[in-house]
Amino acid sequence: MCLAIPGKILSIETIHNGLVRMAKVSFGGIIKEASLEMLPTADVGDYVLVHVGVAISKVNEEEAAKTFEYLKEIGEIDELIEHTQVDKN
Amino acid sequence: MKYLSEYRDADVVNEYLAELKKIVTKPWTLMEICGGQTHSLVKNGLLSLLPENIKMVHGPGCPVCVTPLHLIDKAVFLAEEKSAILCSYGDMLRVPGSKKSLLEAKANGADVRILYSPLEAVKLAKENPNKEVVFFAVGFETTAPANALSVLHAQREGLTNYSILTSHVLVPPAIEAIVQDETNIVQGFLAAGHVCTIMGIHQYFPLVEENKLPIVITGFEPVDILQGIVMLVKQLESGIHKLENQYGRFVSDEGNVDAQKILQNVFTIVDREWRGIGTIPLSGYELNEVYAAFDANKKFDITIDKVEESKECIAGEILRGVKKPMQCPQFGKGCTPLKPLGAPMVSSEGACAAYYHFSSIMELT
Amino acid sequence: MQLSCPMPKFDFDTINLGHGSGGVLTHRLLNSGVFTVLQNDLLNEKHDGAVFELQGKLAFSTDSYVVSPIFFPGGNIGELAVNGTVNDLAMCGAMAKYLSLSFIIEEGFKMKDLWTILNSIKQSCDKANVQIITGDTKVVEKGKGDKIFINTSGIGVLHPNADIRLSKIKTGDAIIVSNNIANHGIAIMSKRQGLEFETDIKSDTTNLNFTIQKLIDAFGEKIHFLRDATRGGIASVLNEIAIDGNMGVDIQEKNIPLNEQVNGACEMLGLDPLYVANEGVFIAIIDATIQNEVMQLLTEDDNCKNAKVIGSITNEHIRQVILQSKIGGRRVVNMLPGEQLPRIC
Repeated sequence: MCLAIPGKILSIETIHNGLVRMAKVSFGGIIKEASLEMLPTADVGDYVLVHVGVAISKVNEEEAAKTFEYLKEIGEIDELIEHTQVDKN
Repeated sequence: MKYLSEYRDADVVNEYLAELKKIVTKPWTLMEICGGQTHSLVKNGLLSLLPENIKMVHGPGCPVCVTPLHLIDKAVFLAEEKSAILCSYGDMLRVPGSKKSLLEAKANGADVRILYSPLEAVKLAKENPNKEVVFFAVGFETTAPANALSVLHAQREGLTNYSILTSHVLVPPAIEAIVQDETNIVQGFLAAGHVCTIMGIHQYFPLVEENKLPIVITGFEPVDILQGIVMLVKQLESGIHKLENQYGRFVSDEGNVDAQKILQNVFTIVDREWRGIGTIPLSGYELNEVYAAFDANKKFDITIDKVEESKECIAGEILRGVKKPMQCPQFGKGCTPLKPLGAPMVSSEGACAAYYHFSSIMELT
Repeated sequence: MQLSCPMPKFDFDTINLGHGSGGVLTHRLLNSGVFTVLQNDLLNEKHDGAVFELQGKLAFSTDSYVVSPIFFPGGNIGELAVNGTVNDLAMCGAMAKYLSLSFIIEEGFKMKDLWTILNSIKQSCDKANVQIITGDTKVVEKGKGDKIFINTSGIGVLHPNADIRLSKIKTGDAIIVSNNIANHGIAIMSKRQGLEFETDIKSDTTNLNFTIQKLIDAFGEKIHFLRDATRGGIASVLNEIAIDGNMGVDIQEKNIPLNEQVNGACEMLGLDPLYVANEGVFIAIIDATIQNEVMQLLTEDDNCKNAKVIGSITNEHIRQVILQSKIGGRRVVNMLPGEQLPRIC
């Protein structure tokens, strides 16, 4: 569901004797704290998806690019189809 | 903003729209599950750009819309009669209970507070040891882990004045209920991307196979939704049905395993009442016995009568996609955002509110 | 902020009911407090009312200020109280000259906070070139107020070339927003318990009277309508214009000026910036033929550096505001039923 937006981890603080990691996350320049308890491998510099003060996912950069590559693939297939039809003619 | 703005690019949107227009040859009825996706469709004016053959039905993925009337009355009761500090996400404040909404209770002097995060409610409980703090824990699988985390935080702090009033609902049983309904007209689903960041994709394979139903796990930005629709329509036009993941940048196959562990630790799956739809088996979360001390339902003696929904509100049929808001005799007359009869007219992503704000455009185009 | 007047030693730290009762305590508060800070010839007369002469067509306006918190990034309730009324008069095409100032103070309010607010009021008056010439102070029991409420009423002289009315607005008129929107509301939100976040955003409260004077000096009656966009944001102003003026409004999302951090805050909280409050932003509806010259004048003014043409008046979809989104879709921008609330969905 719901409203979750990506932000960049600027710093991480450990509290409660190392049990809880809290990150300062930047969203377009404003900074809000988010719990990293559900993302133990998230680190400074990572982009994470934050929902109601909790980071729920780390961005997969390879996958992020695929949305734009999909269009290129479709474009190439369309061109291929057009060429095939032209050849046939 | 990185990983957000690129997915709102007008040129990319136009390329996907062009592709959609190329591939669609017959009418298809699709449902976007998540209220956030409905909100995006309306806010970006996407509905006005889709080809006529594509009909979008707005699904029940609006936890605000499906929270039972009785639970809102309980929340109001706790704020008014038990003098609790009642904390809530902003979305819930305007939803009408049988007598009043939380916002009206606040206006009458009850201590109702809007919070961004349930972890803030735990802080409030720590700062106010002589007051009971109750968090109205609404949401789908995306929000449930955060709500669960608040209970664990409270337990760690040794707090005895913190509890949550749960209204958690699960997506896959909702899809099942819609598809099994004999009046169902939906042919393909855009599944809720953020729910799947937590739960992963595996729950959806049985839905696809048993119902021969195309499902694409989709994000929320215009490019995401359009790519999701293109992927669905490609399947439908080819007569195939499979599970695809459009939102791979945040959804992995297994989801967030640490979040799932927290859910298993803190919650049990139970039957749940969905406002307007009725009880769907095994479609909600309740706190485990171990955490009974943090369960507002068990902690407080909440003695209020269950009140019937307004007979005039047809929210159930709207949420299942069986009727359109304009088909409701009260739409725009006895039921408006200013004086709503039911939740779908209140929530910023409820189907009725979406149509209310959008319907004039439909008349224009 | 730098206090222009150091606080004298009072033998009380907080305001109590006695200070509003009209007796010795009131006298002490006014003489050593209010009048010391705000002094001018008319106020120093200490009449029940101020007596003065003004030439020309006059405009009159009033507004009350109940903002919470009373101190926020970029200002306090005192500045709002002066700038708000000065701006309301400016939107009529008038240059504010004199203000009245009334306080309703809750028992227990700290004297040092009142002193800070008084000094802000004085500084804002000096900047806007207005004077407080009459006023009132009342004190209410604890719980019957919210720290401090302020009312200001203002009187000003209409610019001889100003002709600002809804009925002047014509199909084809350009709609201009004077600066980045939503700064004030987000600045307030950033300090609100339960929602707070770190940011550089400050309230945009400022006096707009000199900016408007320049506008009318240059373009006179080609400035058809002005309104400052306070509570309810620019969406509310545009709807008021559409509904009260019986016309259609078209706006383009890509032209709406928005600071990056304000945008980030709105994204995080799920707020639509169109509905978020401003204090130093106005909407101008102008003859489209002078659009470029108006934009040049505005962007050279410190208060309007990010001014943008955001849309136009139409005779289609009467009484509705339609927005074209960045991706080319269309949606209706309705009036909100109440205050916009942060959301999770």
